[in-house]
Amino acid sequence: MTMLPATTEKKLGLVIDLDTCVGCQACATSCKEWNAQGYSAPLEDEDPRGKDPHGPWLNRIHGYEVLDKTRDDSRIVHFPRSCLHCETPACVTVCPTGASYKRSEDGIVLVNPDTCIGCKLCSWACPYGAREYDVKEGVMRKCTLCVDRIYNENLVEEDRVPACVRACPTSARHYGDLGDPNSAVSLLVKERGGFDLLPEMGYKPTNKYLPPRKRRDQPEEGREALPKSDGSLMDRLFALAESLLSGQAGAR
Amino acid sequence: MNPAYSVIFFTTASGAGYGLLALLGLIGALTGSPLPMLFAFVAIVIALVLITAGLLSSTFHLGHPERAWRALSQWRTSWLSREGVAAILTYPPALLFGLVVSGLYDMPQAIAPLGLITALMAMITVFTTGKIYATLTTIRAWNQPLTVPVYLIFALATGASLALALLALFDYRVGVLSPFAMIALLLAALMKAIYWRGIDRAPRDRTMAAATGLGDGVRQWETPHTTKNFVQREMGFVVARRHAEKLRRIVLALLIIAALAALGADAMPIFAPLVALTSLLAAWAERWLFFAEGEHVVTLFYGNPRA
Repeated sequence: MTMLPATTEKKLGLVIDLDTCVGCQACATSCKEWNAQGYSAPLEDEDPRGKDPHGPWLNRIHGYEVLDKTRDDSRIVHFPRSCLHCETPACVTVCPTGASYKRSEDGIVLVNPDTCIGCKLCSWACPYGAREYDVKEGVMRKCTLCVDRIYNENLVEEDRVPACVRACPTSARHYGDLGDPNSAVSLLVKERGGFDLLPEMGYKPTNKYLPPRKRRDQPEEGREALPKSDGSLMDRLFALAESLLSGQAGAR
Repeated sequence: MNPAYSVIFFTTASGAGYGLLALLGLIGALTGSPLPMLFAFVAIVIALVLITAGLLSSTFHLGHPERAWRALSQWRTSWLSREGVAAILTYPPALLFGLVVSGLYDMPQAIAPLGLITALMAMITVFTTGKIYATLTTIRAWNQPLTVPVYLIFALATGASLALALLALFDYRVGVLSPFAMIALLLAALMKAIYWRGIDRAPRDRTMAAATGLGDGVRQWETPHTTKNFVQREMGFVVARRHAEKLRRIVLALLIIAALAALGADAMPIFAPLVALTSLLAAWAERWLFFAEGEHVVTLFYGNPRA
């Protein structure tokens, strides 16, 4: 049913910390590994060991370089991107079959692989590139928020989180109810100024991103500043040698 | 967007078919009298064959064609579903209209109402096709006020061109259809030119900086994988501006040639097949460009600085 629920009891989602993510791809591989046997199975790649391997991955880690023009410097930001489980997802409303749906109990957006006809229109409607077509199975795939882990009573308590969250070695991925203002994830978003991707598109993503922290200041060049001169002959001699060596005669 | 030939074939073939069907329906509604039997029969069959071939081609490009019937269920929210419903609802009145307008079944009083319903349903179906694209906010070039009108006018213009060719084939006078086709073809050229001007002038104000939240100095450093993924293959295709300009001129030139030939077709029926050929070529190229020029907002995450 592609009519969206007016509200959902919970808004389960992820909070991704762009400051601590190190781009190790553990979340991506662990996602693929879990989902190749769970809800989204078989999730196979085409030509996996050949020249042009490709196939559906539900979580992808981009790398961006952010130039800081004020200091001729830049930093690398690793940017995991998966389904944001939007509150008003157009990928669901455009679906002609009802295979795509948003759950009223927890807000998770899912594709039913038994009724999906593989028309790909949902992937066109998503601004975040969250949906990837499975050529081998002829259906659309997307992040399920590991719906087959988070409620799975066969797993021990600490494993009842999405595979990507469980795998992250730097705790850059947090999972919880973003509809509850007092949940750990909501507080984290508040404290760190978490933001939405492309909010102007109006999809109201549930997942939030925490911006990279401000960089601690560093000396402009790699060398340490010299201690202040005490005016002695020896000191002035060293100062002269230093200025000659650095090609800046009379700098001090 | 990747210009998939199945979708281009579907939208142009079924567009022309629905245009032809709508015109025959309109003629029936206005005159209320049967057309020559063989002509009416062949014309209706050609319209329905084009429509059906288009629908089948769009079904075969699905991952699961055998589940296509499910696409009729979500008409409350999905324009694709509405298109399927409208397409199917068009068949019964079209078939009945074909029977009475060709005189195969003698009921002249039914020609006008059935013709009107057929024409309306044909246009509604093309309208829903246009809406599928026009409502996608992720593709600026499609999310335009002229997207749906352009789909409608191209359907009518190519349909009228086919009608001209058929009339000439059966040695009938083209008559009033000649200026009608000319106006529809010129209107298609004009609306498409305004559409192109609109998408060229629309601000490309969605940026990688805003999409990633990382600010102005951001650029792509590393893609998330070593080969192109589905998103890049499907949504990353953008035709070079140079080629687009050339193709746009070809589309406009073909439409103007078709319009002039349509005007001459009354005196010189030999022109009529030329009208059909050039207008269908124009529609094909226009539809290819429509897809190829559609820049998807997801490309912002894949190195495109603005969209």
